[in-house]
Amino acid sequence: MNYGTLLVAGLFRRRGRTLLTLASIMAAFALFGLLDAVRIVFNAGADNAGLNRLIVTSRLSLIQPLPFSQMARIQALDGVDAVAHANWFGGVYQDRKNFFPNIAVSPSEWLNVHPEIKLTPEARERFLNTRTAALAGSELTSRFNWQIDQKIPLEGTIFPNKSGSNTWTFDLVGVMRGDADTHQPFEGEMIFRYDYFDEGRLRDHGTVGWYVVRVRDPARSNAIAQQIDALFKNSDAETKTQSEKEFNLSFVKQFGDVGMIVSAIMAAVFFTVLLLTANTLSQAMRERIPELGILKTLGFGNGTVCALVLGESILLLLLGGLAGLAAAAALLPQLNGKLGAQLPPLVVSASSWISGLGIMLIIGLVVGLPPAIRAMRVRIVDALAAG
Amino acid sequence: MKTLRQIIELCRLSLLSLPQRAGSVGVIVVGIAGVVGVLVSLLAMRDGFQATLGATGRLDEAIVLRGGANAELSSRLTREDLTVITEAPGVLRDSEQRPLVSGEVVVVLNLPKLTTGTDANVELRGVGPQAVTLHRGVRISQGRLFERGKRELVAGVGAASQFAKLTVGTTLTLAGEPWTVVGQFESGDAHESELWADAESVQSAYRRDGYSSVAVRLTDAAVFDAFSAALKNDPRLKVDIQRTRDYYATQSQRLRRLIEVLATTVAVIMAIGATFAALNTMYAAVTVRGREIAILRAMGFSGFTIVMAVLLEALALALLGGVLGGGLAWLMFDQYTVSTLGQNFSQVVFAFSVSLPLVLSALRWALVIGFIGGLLPALHAARRPLPAALRSR
Repeated sequence: MNYGTLLVAGLFRRRGRTLLTLASIMAAFALFGLLDAVRIVFNAGADNAGLNRLIVTSRLSLIQPLPFSQMARIQALDGVDAVAHANWFGGVYQDRKNFFPNIAVSPSEWLNVHPEIKLTPEARERFLNTRTAALAGSELTSRFNWQIDQKIPLEGTIFPNKSGSNTWTFDLVGVMRGDADTHQPFEGEMIFRYDYFDEGRLRDHGTVGWYVVRVRDPARSNAIAQQIDALFKNSDAETKTQSEKEFNLSFVKQFGDVGMIVSAIMAAVFFTVLLLTANTLSQAMRERIPELGILKTLGFGNGTVCALVLGESILLLLLGGLAGLAAAAALLPQLNGKLGAQLPPLVVSASSWISGLGIMLIIGLVVGLPPAIRAMRVRIVDALAAG
Repeated sequence: MKTLRQIIELCRLSLLSLPQRAGSVGVIVVGIAGVVGVLVSLLAMRDGFQATLGATGRLDEAIVLRGGANAELSSRLTREDLTVITEAPGVLRDSEQRPLVSGEVVVVLNLPKLTTGTDANVELRGVGPQAVTLHRGVRISQGRLFERGKRELVAGVGAASQFAKLTVGTTLTLAGEPWTVVGQFESGDAHESELWADAESVQSAYRRDGYSSVAVRLTDAAVFDAFSAALKNDPRLKVDIQRTRDYYATQSQRLRRLIEVLATTVAVIMAIGATFAALNTMYAAVTVRGREIAILRAMGFSGFTIVMAVLLEALALALLGGVLGGGLAWLMFDQYTVSTLGQNFSQVVFAFSVSLPLVLSALRWALVIGFIGGLLPALHAARRPLPAALRSR
């Protein structure tokens, strides 16, 4: 009989109680998996942002257009590698509920400054050469079951077109994919060509929504941001340049302090788990003091007994916690369905598993330590007498 | 009668032994307090948001947008459109026969938030001269209204509570020009999150010709269909018309649903966890008192009375936890003001609202948890064979 068997035997000495405790721990960690997924989604833009990219918007307001003429002047600055521009189109596919970002971009420049967008050579070729071409993120194509070469009609909520209707039709020529496991914002977006958009719209010709600037040396991005703003100071279209990360974070922050709400709930939940498990364990230990006396009589050292108790508590947390995270992973696809497309898909990511594991170990140690110390200190005579 | 007396007596006994079981009893109470507290807080957030946006808009007010635009920010109407809309049937007129119509321009500004110091979007609404009469409930609470044609604005009290620089008398730089905050207003709805100024001033500062939307007060709610049909059939216009109540309800729909789904999921998982915790505690309680219960049964207390007593204890503890959690949520979050990204890409300010019905419905969850958590252990205790139970330690 090795220590592992001894641990498991101790843990399931009272099966009912252990199973109930496991179930509560499982619920707590299922909740952790869910909320951590929400937190990650809200911070995703910030985490995936390229360090060497700057976003230039109008200083007046996010929705104020900028003149296209600024592009050449930004491009000419020392240290600027490439510039792309974009317009928020705000189109709706079939129903207002089907919201996703769709953006009119300068095609080759846009792909150039976003090297993380993976395309087949054919898709790239067609996007660069077809006026009505559009690229959709992999999430969108699976959500709406779009096929390459399909015509995608969007209702322009901001821009009616020259023909007098709101409907714009695009040819889907390719799917934008990201790297394997991390979710990238563009997987839920659709992009199409600025020339088609600018010709078709009724007003604001020759203006863009924002510029994306790639700098050669990320260390100089702050200085270049200031240079860009200085370039247009006191002009009709003053600019506000931020790193992509700052820009995305400012959006996230506007939704409110999601991180705070999530941490508050998690604190409440883990406090309860702590209390519950500590209570169960100390109860279990109290019942087993005579057994500990026997173990010690058989020659188990104080340290070993202490380690056994600690191991049991950590094992309990690990079993319940991993089951909980697995439950969250199974539950999230259902939740994604319910939420529609209001958030990017929620998943239990590798980082959630790792931080979850860390929390399991910590709670296991914290609740296991007091009974473990008690078990270590109890004298054989007293322990046997307690029976 | 005898059964009732027995139950009361047993409850008294459990009550007396509570202090000795403080640890395990604490688990039930805290666990359920956690569930109820989190549930109440999340639902209070939903209700507060709902109350703010639900209060915005009425049945006898209409909002006119460019056809196909789904929010004010994406809509543009011309001055001619405004004139045509003003002449439509069903528009209410004031005592001086002026139609209650307001051509409104919406622009989004960046202002630093008080809490984070970082910039967030706030909506600046340029309104027509009739706006304050048209939008009922708008009341200047401090300072005065802006004057027409001047670079002056009034701040909604919600916006003023969330953004720096909006106290009366402050001068802001907007579109490169100085604007003075001359007053603050209350409205009890989503407009409180906005800044208001004269439409002409906003148009000239932001080089905008025309309007984002036109707000109209109708003579009564029933006239809406006629008003809407008249505009739809007018060849000079290409517009969408909605009652303001419907418009604001649609605008808030997505966020409402998000909060609803997340709140329910979180609460259900927590409730499951708490049920297991309660079961665990009550099983432990009846096990510890196994011999005592066996003796009671040997003395003639019926199984039913024992089940009732254990169940009542669990329910009482659950109720205590529920009240504790609800009370805590109320203390911490009632009227707690937050803001989030609402319609028009701008911050909408709302306060959590912890109401009595909300707390009561959360208490029902607590009682269900207590009931399940108490029933199974109670049955277990009452069914255990007497000889074995009497011998147990």
